[in-house]
Amino acid sequence: MSAFSSTYSLILKDVQSELRTRYALNALLMFVVTAVATILFALRSDQPNSTVLAGMYWVVVFFTAMSGLSRIFVSEEERGTTMTLQLVASPSVVYFGKLLFNTLLTLALIVAVTVLYTIVFSGSFVIKTPSIFFVTVGLGSLGFASAATIIAAIVAKANTRGTLYPVLSFPILIVLLMTVMNATTRALDGEPFSEALGDFQVLVGYFLVMIGGSYLLFDFVWKD
Amino acid sequence: MNFVKYASIILITFVIIAGIAIPLSPAPQSWLEFPVIPALEQKARNIFFHVPVAWTTMLAFLVSTYYGFRYLRTKNIDYDIKSVSAAGLGFLFCFLATITGALWAKFNWGSFWNWDPRETSIFILLLIYGAYFALRSALDTEEKRASLSAVYSIIAGLTVPFFIFVMPRMMAGLHPGAKGDPEGGGPVVQMKMAPNMRVIFFISLFAFNLLFIWMLNLRIRIARMEYERSSHHA
Repeated sequence: MSAFSSTYSLILKDVQSELRTRYALNALLMFVVTAVATILFALRSDQPNSTVLAGMYWVVVFFTAMSGLSRIFVSEEERGTTMTLQLVASPSVVYFGKLLFNTLLTLALIVAVTVLYTIVFSGSFVIKTPSIFFVTVGLGSLGFASAATIIAAIVAKANTRGTLYPVLSFPILIVLLMTVMNATTRALDGEPFSEALGDFQVLVGYFLVMIGGSYLLFDFVWKD
Repeated sequence: MNFVKYASIILITFVIIAGIAIPLSPAPQSWLEFPVIPALEQKARNIFFHVPVAWTTMLAFLVSTYYGFRYLRTKNIDYDIKSVSAAGLGFLFCFLATITGALWAKFNWGSFWNWDPRETSIFILLLIYGAYFALRSALDTEEKRASLSAVYSIIAGLTVPFFIFVMPRMMAGLHPGAKGDPEGGGPVVQMKMAPNMRVIFFISLFAFNLLFIWMLNLRIRIARMEYERSSHHA
């Protein structure tokens, strides 16, 4: 099998097992609803400005992702299928397969948060520059998944997985979070597309560096 | 190593005495007078301590990552001992840099913490060190602990250029050299110190590097002994 077709079948396997159990999707969706409801209770009837909204948007995405994205490797460890995967696929195929699956999951998460925000903050969460928003969300979820996947692979080998995952991820993800928050604020404020180009450069640089580094280091994490 | 030990002790003593005792003067005439820098005044003396400590933090991080990298290449546990010893010192120096910076900021900028880009970076570095040690304590076997923490420190090291070069340009900051500073908004602070201050500053930088080398050597020797002892008992 070529690298592409085996990566594809790995993603297909993860998607199928996800759709069969819906463990990650259901839990993540409920997490999003809970987090947004908490924010709404805290705000009462205030309509926050765009900076606060963009910040809270990514806070919800970050913590929801941290509750679910590590599952991609943890589930393999729990089911004892790590060895099988090591036998049937090369490490780079495993890495890129898991990376793409996590990117899809992050995108699904972002769609859920966006829809929910549009409904509950109907007055203030209005995306005035959709082009900035879509590019931010696209590049942001790639960068998010690239860091989250390698950290998930590390955490899956450790003892206290649940608490360790956000602790390890936050320092790595903070550059990305600050940049996407910045760009999302621009999209909500209706700034022209060219204003956000600097942010996009950072996002592209970030995910290239992260994917390159993870690709080179994944062997050491994956093989015992 | 004895030379390094005594040199660092003597030089740091010299820096403490000279850095604190040399008086300020609006128009310095001799080598034994510092110029008065507007808005900094007596607080300018912190540059002899805060900046070398912050530099040593970065050095310790680089040394730790370098030995982590060597461990991954060779799987020789001695490199992991060196890597974790350097990281422990880096954590200590990072803490000292945060404290000296925060105290200085209280008197110069009015509050202990302002989320200036460099303050943000040192906070993230503290978090990285904290996460690094949390990860190490969550792994049982020493091979796993060594290789996974090495991978983590390299991944964390990949984000450092973003903090040094990208963030200071994106955010307005208070440190010299940040965005909006009339003295040139580059990532590296331009050296515009009086010659005698510069001499003491570089002596201090050199002395703190020696101190780091000496402490690292001590820690590595202790860590090796502990490793030997635990592997004999096991």
